[in-house]
Amino acid sequence: MDTKLPGKEFHEVLIYIRGTVQGVGFRPFIARLADRYSISGWVRNDGRGVTIGARQTKENIRLFTDALLTELPGPARIDDWRVENPDTGSIDPTNAEFKILESPLSGESPIVPVTPDLAICPDCRSELMDPDNRRYHYPFINCTNCGPRYSIVESLPYDRERTTMSAFTMCPSCMEEYSNPLDRRFHAQPNACPDCGPQLSLVGMDGGLLAGQEGAVDQACDALRLKAIVAVKGLGGFHLFADASCAETIQLLRRRKHRDQKPFAVMFPDIESLRSHCHVTTAEEALLNSPAAPIVLVRQRTDSKVAVEVAPGNPWIGAILPYTPLHILLMSKFAGPLVATSANLSEEPLCSDNAEAIKRLAGIADMVLQHDRPIARAVDDSVLRISSHGSIVLRRSRGYAPTPLRLPENIGCTGAQLSVGAHLKNTIAIAMEKQVVVSPHIGDLSNNKSVKAFERTIDLLSRLYGGTADKVVCDLHPDYMSTQFAESLGIPIVRVQHHLAHIFSCLLEHGGGPEKVLGVVWDGTGYGEDKTIWGGEFIIVDKGNGTARRVAHLKPFPLPGGEAAVRQTGRSAVGLLYAANFLGDHPMRELVSRALGEEASNLPLLVKALEKNLNAPVTTSAGRLFDAAAALLGLSDRNTFEGQAGMAMEFAAAKSTSSPSPLPWRVDDSHHQAGALEVDWAPMILNLCTQFVSGNDPNQLAMDFHKTLASMILDVAQRIGVESVVLSGGCFQNAILSDFTTDLLKDSNFKVLLHHQLSPNDNSISAGQALAALTDITRVKS
Amino acid sequence: IGHGGGGRLSQQLIDTLFIPAFSNPALKAAHDGAVIASPSGSLAFSTDSHVVRPIEFPGGNIGSLAIHGTANDLAMCGAKPRWMSAGFILEEGLPIAQLREIVASMRHAADEVGIQIVTGDTKVVERGKGDSIYINTAGIGEMQASKPIGPATVREGDAILLSGDIGRHGMAIMAHREGLEFETTIESDSAHLWPAVEALIEAQLDLHCLRDLTRGGLAAAMHEISTASGHEFLLDEASISVDEAVLGACELLGLDALHVANEGRFAVILPGAEAEKALAILKAHAPGGNSASIIGTVGPNDRGTVLLKSLIGVERILDRPSGEQLPRIC
Ligand SMILES: [Fe+3]
Ligand SMILES: [Mg+2]
Ligand SMILES: [Zn+2]
Ligand SMILES: [Zn+2]
Repeated sequence: MDTKLPGKEFHEVLIYIRGTVQGVGFRPFIARLADRYSISGWVRNDGRGVTIGARQTKENIRLFTDALLTELPGPARIDDWRVENPDTGSIDPTNAEFKILESPLSGESPIVPVTPDLAICPDCRSELMDPDNRRYHYPFINCTNCGPRYSIVESLPYDRERTTMSAFTMCPSCMEEYSNPLDRRFHAQPNACPDCGPQLSLVGMDGGLLAGQEGAVDQACDALRLKAIVAVKGLGGFHLFADASCAETIQLLRRRKHRDQKPFAVMFPDIESLRSHCHVTTAEEALLNSPAAPIVLVRQRTDSKVAVEVAPGNPWIGAILPYTPLHILLMSKFAGPLVATSANLSEEPLCSDNAEAIKRLAGIADMVLQHDRPIARAVDDSVLRISSHGSIVLRRSRGYAPTPLRLPENIGCTGAQLSVGAHLKNTIAIAMEKQVVVSPHIGDLSNNKSVKAFERTIDLLSRLYGGTADKVVCDLHPDYMSTQFAESLGIPIVRVQHHLAHIFSCLLEHGGGPEKVLGVVWDGTGYGEDKTIWGGEFIIVDKGNGTARRVAHLKPFPLPGGEAAVRQTGRSAVGLLYAANFLGDHPMRELVSRALGEEASNLPLLVKALEKNLNAPVTTSAGRLFDAAAALLGLSDRNTFEGQAGMAMEFAAAKSTSSPSPLPWRVDDSHHQAGALEVDWAPMILNLCTQFVSGNDPNQLAMDFHKTLASMILDVAQRIGVESVVLSGGCFQNAILSDFTTDLLKDSNFKVLLHHQLSPNDNSISAGQALAALTDITRVKS
Repeated sequence: IGHGGGGRLSQQLIDTLFIPAFSNPALKAAHDGAVIASPSGSLAFSTDSHVVRPIEFPGGNIGSLAIHGTANDLAMCGAKPRWMSAGFILEEGLPIAQLREIVASMRHAADEVGIQIVTGDTKVVERGKGDSIYINTAGIGEMQASKPIGPATVREGDAILLSGDIGRHGMAIMAHREGLEFETTIESDSAHLWPAVEALIEAQLDLHCLRDLTRGGLAAAMHEISTASGHEFLLDEASISVDEAVLGACELLGLDALHVANEGRFAVILPGAEAEKALAILKAHAPGGNSASIIGTVGPNDRGTVLLKSLIGVERILDRPSGEQLPRIC
């Protein structure tokens, strides 16, 4: 602002704002402030954010900008702002109006963030239920504070004509709201009403109309009571709804979806209903009610009527509250918990198109509750849980992505850098200037539909944020579909070691973190620098000298049958006992036979395959160590979905009654040429097995196992002596492991860096790849 | 076999072992090379070296394999295998009796195909300089197909057929070599494919591509043709036949039968409308043909992707064999 001008004189300024400022009611908010401080001028969206032209006295402009920063509406976020170009004379001094201008379609690359889809806000919720409101029971009510965003955007700037709402023409009443700066729906792009907006219909699997409008909700509800499976179109795609209290229906759903044991999420009508089925903490409730409205893991009550088939052997329920007006109408009518699981086959992306839903869901759903507001792209529900050290993101998707993450102060990106992520739980990330945009969850790149979604997401985010990438970052694993895609692009390629990417994803959340950290990365599988499978890693990242060094790891063991060992946990147990030379021992052999379950008769052949090194890749994986322990303790003989056996260990541990005590372990620094420490789990496994054979409680042993792992980490951290410790990798989704480790480290005065915004699992590999490449620390030395 | 210095021993082997075994006029002439009457039309020419371990295995040995390998490569060109050369590299210490047995099975295999071994070579190397026996064969065949057969003629809408069940050879070799004792002994599928190909040609089918499924198995073959033709291939997992014993062995070792080698199976790609007719011919003439099936279709132009529709209907991307096969599950 120009300070040369005396107080009462009028002058004008241009204010440039960047951040999450489009599609969040930002311009109406500015217009209201302008009204309050008698500012004349204009505001408009541009490709890079929002620009304001303001004319008033110096004092009023100061009040205006102060209010702008302090009264920012909920979902908006300002990353950067500057005031410039005083007194260009672009504002007509004779006109006291403040206008919202149409967005210019400029040639410059748009880098304004697309905001995530948001749950219905309290204002819209009360209007939805108000019989006197013109949108009473209208399932597509929304305003600038809520509703669809990313899932309906086709390109930027964010304006109605560039969303999937472009087909709907606003009626005069809606237009009036849309044009009134003081209205909550001022420039609400998906604004609509029963007269002019999207309509609901219930159709059979032949596409034939069963009911329209409110009759559609009634009839869908009746069908659900009669054990039907109904596909319901939500914000980011279709869900399959089924009566969560009816075991028979859930079993049917499992058969039809070919989903054996993986837990289903459950939607409850409201928090009171949820409380009658689950124990909900304040933090969990806040998360459930947040605009992101994720699935939150909450503890099921023993008197809950939710069928055990919903989450077999699992004390937690993935709970979600209605987050669209349609969900509210359906849930308040049904008045009980409904399974709300993504409508897809196995690990494919969820359906988002009406015609596709009918085709792909034939044989799974009985009918489809749909509407004619197209979804530009599928977005899965996000999943979180709360540990005693804060939230743990299990899947970052709807409501969170694609909110950009700020790069650390001293790091920037010239041009656009694409990171293509891992193979499972894939996401992609685009870095440009000062930020990284991480896509919503894409999924398992083993299937074709996910790969197509992967390619579409790269295309979309590139179009939204600054054009085609001039550099691509990928994993070292040659068989990752994402790696092969990166190699096919023909642009400069940077490969980042998997576990290093995990560490950097956590550092990204912490503004880059301290100069030197010890990264403890424990996960299932990652391609190591020595071409073996890593997963129980201790890596020092030193930005001072620009290196990463593997300073310790779990003792390696073979996995008979490679990926088959991931599915059949007993095989990891065989590999473990083989590596520890325990297989000659009779009770151990007996135990491992039992762990193999149906495969028990194969033990001699599996041992032979290990002796001959036939498809028996060597690993240091902590995830496989969890699997082996789960198999030996008889807690889980298979992983029908990722992390199943590890979860079984956590659930068992949670049932233990005595306080945990660590089992023995050994840290060996003798026979490793490179000088890395080897953490030997053999004494722990021997002790665990011996106690189990002599009849000790497997739940207590599972608890002691967790305590031992946490103690191992502390032991290594103390030997290494780096003050800040990063915990990352899929194993830290386990709240008991994460909490024990964090407590032990903090008690010994270590600083612990945990994930809160990004997931510790491979969902965040793309984000970590991005920062690792920009920091130029991409490979791990030994 | 003793020391091979000076070639006297080699000559002895040729005179007493190879010539009698492979007896035919060209070989008997004992010239430096074979002179053969030139047929009218085009010739196909192919060569392959065989280093398989163990040299004897259930269902065959290195000798029969050396004949089948080259003869099948000719057949895949649409050529009737006619003449062949055989080059032997023998390691000192290989029992003569075993060599005799290998040569006898070569003769037997050649007779079955109707092929003549018209020229050859033998070298004996010092102990430790070879691995008992290597055999190179090169073959010439007479083109019978009326037009070229190869990936370039593959079109969208073509059907993909498989001549029999897969994975036997690779698993038989591995089980035998590593001493893995499965309940049922798995036999190699080593066999010659010309009669089946001949029947397809005689039926005047519009053959677009033929490929024997040797190293890398069905997966490698499908990837090669898909990439070369620039088409997406969609295979149906349920239609691909794998013997139960082979399947059990694959599961135990964590291997995918689609990636396991065969020596007597091939894929046929031809217009969808001719698929049923071709299937009937495969069933009647192909080794293991009772398990022959239509396994998929050729899709639109793309980078060359091979999709496998799983038993539950998910379209999985069939991995390109990278040789590492390390787990990706995190
Ligand atoms: Fe990982
Ligand atoms: Mg060959
Ligand atoms: Zn609202
Ligand atoms: Zn309207």
